[in-house]
Amino acid sequence: MSTVKLTIDGKTAEVSNQLTVLQAAKTVGIDIPALCYDETLEIFGACRMCIVEIEGSSKLQTACSTLVKEGMVVHTETERVVWNRKQTLQMLLDSHPNDCLTCHKAGECLLQDYAYRYDVNFRKHDGEIRPQLLDTTSPYILRDNSKCILCGKCVMTCAQVSDRQVLSFAERGYETRVIFGADESIEESPCVSCNRCVAVCPVGALVDKRDMDKIRSWEAETKIVGCKACEYGCEFEVRSRNRKPVSVVAKAPTNGRPLCLKGRLTTELKYLDNPDAPYRKLDKSFEKTTWDKALQITELLEKIERLEGSNKDGEGEE
Amino acid sequence: MEFKFDIEENKEQIIAFKEFLDSKKDTPGPLMPSLQRAQDVFGYLPKEMLEVISRKLSIPMAEIYGVATFYSQFSFIPTGKNKISVCLGTACYVKGAQSILEEIETQLGIKSGETTKDEVFSIASARCVGDCSIAPVILVNEDVYAKVKKDDIAEILAKYN
Amino acid sequence: MITKEKLFEIKEKTKPSLVEKLLESDRVEFRGEDLVLKGEYYKKQVRIALKNCDIIDPTNIDEYIAMDGYFALLKALTEHEPGYVVEEITESLLRGRGGAGFPTGRKWNEAYRYQADKKYIICNADEGDPGAFMDRSILEKDPHSVLEGMALGGYAIGSDQGYIYVRAEYPMAVKRLQIAIDQAREYGLLGKNIFGTGFNFDIELRLGSGAFVCGEGTALMESIEGRRGMPRPKIHRTAHKGLWGKPTIINNVETLANVPVIMNRGAKWFRGIGTEESPGTKVFALVGKVENAGLVEVPMGMTLREIVFDIGGGAQDGKEYKAVQTGGPSGGCIPAELIDTPVDFESLGKIWSIMGSGGMVVMDENTCMVDIAKFFLDFSVEESCGKCVPCREGTKRMYEILDRITKGEGVEGDIERLEELSETVSSTSLCGLGQTAPNPVITTIKYYRHEYEAHIKDKRCPAKSCKALIKYEITDKCIGCTRCAKVCPVVAITGKVKEMHHIDQSICIKCGACYDVCPVDAISII
Repeated sequence: MSTVKLTIDGKTAEVSNQLTVLQAAKTVGIDIPALCYDETLEIFGACRMCIVEIEGSSKLQTACSTLVKEGMVVHTETERVVWNRKQTLQMLLDSHPNDCLTCHKAGECLLQDYAYRYDVNFRKHDGEIRPQLLDTTSPYILRDNSKCILCGKCVMTCAQVSDRQVLSFAERGYETRVIFGADESIEESPCVSCNRCVAVCPVGALVDKRDMDKIRSWEAETKIVGCKACEYGCEFEVRSRNRKPVSVVAKAPTNGRPLCLKGRLTTELKYLDNPDAPYRKLDKSFEKTTWDKALQITELLEKIERLEGSNKDGEGEE
Repeated sequence: MEFKFDIEENKEQIIAFKEFLDSKKDTPGPLMPSLQRAQDVFGYLPKEMLEVISRKLSIPMAEIYGVATFYSQFSFIPTGKNKISVCLGTACYVKGAQSILEEIETQLGIKSGETTKDEVFSIASARCVGDCSIAPVILVNEDVYAKVKKDDIAEILAKYN
Repeated sequence: MITKEKLFEIKEKTKPSLVEKLLESDRVEFRGEDLVLKGEYYKKQVRIALKNCDIIDPTNIDEYIAMDGYFALLKALTEHEPGYVVEEITESLLRGRGGAGFPTGRKWNEAYRYQADKKYIICNADEGDPGAFMDRSILEKDPHSVLEGMALGGYAIGSDQGYIYVRAEYPMAVKRLQIAIDQAREYGLLGKNIFGTGFNFDIELRLGSGAFVCGEGTALMESIEGRRGMPRPKIHRTAHKGLWGKPTIINNVETLANVPVIMNRGAKWFRGIGTEESPGTKVFALVGKVENAGLVEVPMGMTLREIVFDIGGGAQDGKEYKAVQTGGPSGGCIPAELIDTPVDFESLGKIWSIMGSGGMVVMDENTCMVDIAKFFLDFSVEESCGKCVPCREGTKRMYEILDRITKGEGVEGDIERLEELSETVSSTSLCGLGQTAPNPVITTIKYYRHEYEAHIKDKRCPAKSCKALIKYEITDKCIGCTRCAKVCPVVAITGKVKEMHHIDQSICIKCGACYDVCPVDAISII
């Protein structure tokens, strides 16, 4: 491994030759837009938003999947690049429902951000749009395939946990969609509601149902907390309004731990005054349950009660 | 339409299929050949057999579905004992192949790409089969019917019932 | 284990009777030393990749050996270092016959120089362009030439395992290949310690299952690995990190079939055929509205005119030749005025088409260029893997616009919108399928813009092919024979015997049956 020097939009970057142009740009404060790139996931190369011009090549290159080279000169916002990004965004919007006003993801939606950044709007057309296949079977995740941009992040993050791998692409071409399990509802699928997929979804295709209708992103005061359910401490975000915590959403796994429902519920219980009732999954269906059962501490509580009860009994006899 | 996979009736094939999977366990990239074998042996991909593949090869169901829906030669519904292909190539099309197809669909009560409940017939539309001089053409299994008219359909189907 | 002596023995035993049998059949003749197929159709052809096709029995390895088969492998293994094979192929300037024309030697050299414990060579036999069947013929009629080419490639780069990825729609090719592999294994031409040199090489067949995109290298590897055939971004070269992360080279069927011949006759001989930058020959499937359809193999640089007219006999049924489409859904339409273009990688690229894998579809005056563009876009939409945005969404929108135009619902601005979409799809798509999908649209707009405009502005199809824009009418040439009325599937034609008939336009479905059946050409399309 060695260091190379390259120029990105006039700035000089000195980085390892193992980095991609997108990563190198970041080191000098240049944000190249990308919908399918995530540093924790494999490089997918599907959204084509990160195209840049590299001197010496007449073709546009994707910054996410091009390794840096000594002396490279990169331009990230040329007229040609911007024009093509606009086209790409327009293509995504042409298949996307025009309901940002009521979408829970508004304010933290990457597609919305980029549409704003590049001044691209919904337009009327008589072509096909992605069909709405709303999956409301889970109390934890709301899935709306019509908003899916097929960036693949959810599929890739789920595949990173070897005993999960619940998500996959299905069909092909314009019909491509993300499925759970054997093309089942979330409820029927082996999904364990860890919400890794929700945490990486850049749009409103996968949202945290327990966060919905509680708070809009821009009014939330947010705090990242470490999970206390086990020693690894995955990250969750506590969202508050007027300093009153109202919801907890999954953020990022830590130290290779996968994120889990138990951890999220534990965090809810710890930080929220009025958490919604928990649910647990019984063979292909969700059932409302009690906190002790959801956190699988019923036995422990009984034992504690027994122990403390017997201690109390003994007190007077001394 | 729901089809029930008859495990009892396919007993021998299932045993052979499982042996095939065992033999593929250690070869790299076993999923495609396994799905191809299942499609060959059972005429479609029964969910029960996909579950067997999932267990034997340790591949999650989601991935198997992802692969199976990507390639157009895999099917989730059984093909009937008799496969009717209606050529919709250019020559047949102009000679009224579309109305022939519609007539067959009406008589069997299924659409192109489907299989009758009793699994006797399935209909598929075909790209040009190269018999343009005798258009419109339909094929039932290997039998070619030339210059088919709507009135001929009932008689043709009766031969295979 | 097979030996040099044994190979010579088989050749000497088989060849005389084979030659005698062939000459007796009167299908072949000698051209110099070479046995070639007889007849006008073959006179201008130079067959290298197809040299054994229709001459030997593909299920008999001895006949392949009789035609010098496996002698290139023998010579390479026993007399030369792998580096020599790489050099010879590089020197020959053989370029990939799958369409892109990348120099094969350069590809091999990359893999040859890259150290790894395992390397792979893949034969891409996933031919899928509509109207193209070059590779199919080689696989079915001369499978050993592909196996030998792969073994030579394996030796050159240091690979002991080859895969042939062949589409499932070619059951005969699969069967013949399996027979050939079994025979080669039996003779020890595949397997361990070939010719006692310590070189091991085996080949496994892998079948596609109906996905055109798997002809793209990275998608093909995904498919062999058991996944959805979605192309992956090329961060590293396939020659360094390919199948299962190992150095891999992927060569097309026709390319590989050229390899043994080049090794036998030398790079210099090969360079003497074709053009300076594109040496050798190319196989084309000459189809469509052409008099003599079939496979042709000609030296690179031959003009389209020679192929379409001298060999193909021009447009069928005395119609006027209009265009030829090369390169399938990735290629373009070449108009009649460019008929003298030489066919090689550079010349076709200059006129916005591509060599492609070898499909050559001839079109006549009745072919509507908007409809052809729509046909290919329909194919691309159908076969897009759906991974990257421009190909998945862009080709869909392009198809929708073309569909509207052919239905007479085109609007001002449609051509410009098509051009914009073409630009983004071709310059930003992930793989070659997407990058080239707009080519049929780009070229038809470039050369036949007036046809688009006629559809959009005048609601007229100049080729009289788009159903929504034409009308069948009976002229006063009608003799009242009633044939048209009888054949009409919707009873739209009325008229008494021996009197002029009439078509009710509100009933007519424009199937054209009456037009075809009229004995006096009294029906006109307007």
